[in-house]
Amino acid sequence: MKIMVAVKRVVDYAVKIRVKADKTGVETQNVKMSMNPFCEIALEEALRIKESGLASEVVAVSMGPAQCVDTLRTGLAMGADRGIHVEATGALYPLSVAKLLKALVEVEKPGLLILGKQAIDDDCNQTGQMVAGLLGWPQGTFASKVVLDKENQVATVDREVDGGLETLSLDLPAVITTDLRLNQPRYATLPNIMKAKSKVIKKFTPQELNVEIKSDLEVVQVTEPPKRKAGVIVSSVDELLDKLKNEAHVI
Amino acid sequence: MATRAMLRLRAFAKRTVPFHSSISRSASTLVLAEHEGGSIKASSVSAVAAASSLSKDNSISVLLSGLGPSLQEAASHAASCHPAVSQVLVADSDQFTYPLAEPWAKLVHFVQQRGGYSHIIAPSGSFGKNILPRAAALLDVSPVTDVIEISEPNLFVRPIYAGNALCTVRYNGANPCMLTIRSTSFPVPPTSADSKYNQAPISQVDLSTFGEDSKGKSRYVKQTSQNTERPDLGNARIVVTGGRGLKNAENFKMIEKLAEKLGAAVGATRAAVDAGFVPNDLQVGQTGKIVAPELYMAFGVSGAIQHLAGMRDSKVIVAVNKDADAAIFQVADYGLVGDLFEVIPELLEKVPERK
Repeated sequence: MKIMVAVKRVVDYAVKIRVKADKTGVETQNVKMSMNPFCEIALEEALRIKESGLASEVVAVSMGPAQCVDTLRTGLAMGADRGIHVEATGALYPLSVAKLLKALVEVEKPGLLILGKQAIDDDCNQTGQMVAGLLGWPQGTFASKVVLDKENQVATVDREVDGGLETLSLDLPAVITTDLRLNQPRYATLPNIMKAKSKVIKKFTPQELNVEIKSDLEVVQVTEPPKRKAGVIVSSVDELLDKLKNEAHVI
Repeated sequence: MATRAMLRLRAFAKRTVPFHSSISRSASTLVLAEHEGGSIKASSVSAVAAASSLSKDNSISVLLSGLGPSLQEAASHAASCHPAVSQVLVADSDQFTYPLAEPWAKLVHFVQQRGGYSHIIAPSGSFGKNILPRAAALLDVSPVTDVIEISEPNLFVRPIYAGNALCTVRYNGANPCMLTIRSTSFPVPPTSADSKYNQAPISQVDLSTFGEDSKGKSRYVKQTSQNTERPDLGNARIVVTGGRGLKNAENFKMIEKLAEKLGAAVGATRAAVDAGFVPNDLQVGQTGKIVAPELYMAFGVSGAIQHLAGMRDSKVIVAVNKDADAAIFQVADYGLVGDLFEVIPELLEKVPERK
């Protein structure tokens, strides 16, 4: 069975982002970029499944401008076998990404498609669900545990939901989106980084995949959130309780 | 975000005049609602409140699915949960015994084909986040998720980069415009059992042509949840959160004791959940629960960006941490630099008893 993993290049999670003065977006020039943490977890899970003998190949996919290749090389260095880069400039919203993924699934025919549950830049949490809908595949979102039963072609997925943990059983092929506690991704070792240079990254364009990039969304502006009033440091529990009672009136 | 797109929208933004009419056009909204124990959930009522802010002239239909008597009871509750509800639609079938995404998305598609709604709204919890995007894909539209403000019927504000930036997005596509909304941004005044609004009509969705899903199936196996008498984290008035500073699960009980005394919900940081102090459903943050209580008290919490994302809209924030440089103090209204192992017992002693 082949596993396809979608990975996204985003501003590194530790970076303190700045909103551009012209309100067109967030500053990304000269800012550290990394593979989205949830995508790393997705790739790690795919690699573990392959290493346990339940899959034969892991294909990493990324969509966007030329720099996506850097993210794919990281994925290949972690252990993915092949990469696919769908070259697209301009905004790619989840619906378009889902359509591109569907087209790639039809080419590659994987038994499992794993994605991070959300990208830490747009925080959408949509793509996995959307591609599952387009494919008509069952979905296991916000996964904190995945167990594959190859013989019965079933994935048992524990999901982190509002009320706790929910367990679903999904017939393969299926779409899984990963949550934080699914696994701890490996670091790419230097030998693997070197090996990755000779692994193949195939390029596609949306036109080649017969996908029209739809733009039914438009970013009007990006602004900073309202700033909180500066707080005070209190020096004792008594002072704290006094303030909460008599100043803030919350207790 | 690519530069070409930025140049395009910069040009557009400059010449944009509010030609999208701020005069309310008539809308018709489908609200995807959750229910439990015979009642519609509070976050779903927030979705109705959000729907009502779309337009003065808005016919709001609340869609519920499930099986049997508790569903019908929830429908009755939904029919009078908010004055803006025009009707309640009930899909009663064993396919909906559990709110799985696959039959639910198919149901939304089915109901949309028949109802032709201008908007479809769901609350932004694990139910709405799981289902609405899948339904949007079936309807070939781009959804807008985690909306915190509805500026116009097709203009929305949503947080990005863990809430460190706000993105104003316009939906330009065909009907339906699909959203999930943050219930903390669309509060509903608490209603007592007595303050019911007029019962809206309830109708059963005709599922005779719905069909079974013939492609790959998903099955519900089980759920583990904490049954607690404490208020729900999502809409508690006070939240007491513990972080890594609590050091172990046993110590976390102090947080629970304080919460009990205050009549508060218990929250936790990712670090605390990862370390096994508490289960995942207490996690507050970018990828956990979003809360906006009157009072948020954080003990032994460093204040990582991702945690702040989940609680920065709290009215009053209190932080207790040994480290005076902890980032949490930058958002706290009242900060106490001290040892939580001394502060919490003192608070337990001195805090006025709650009911």
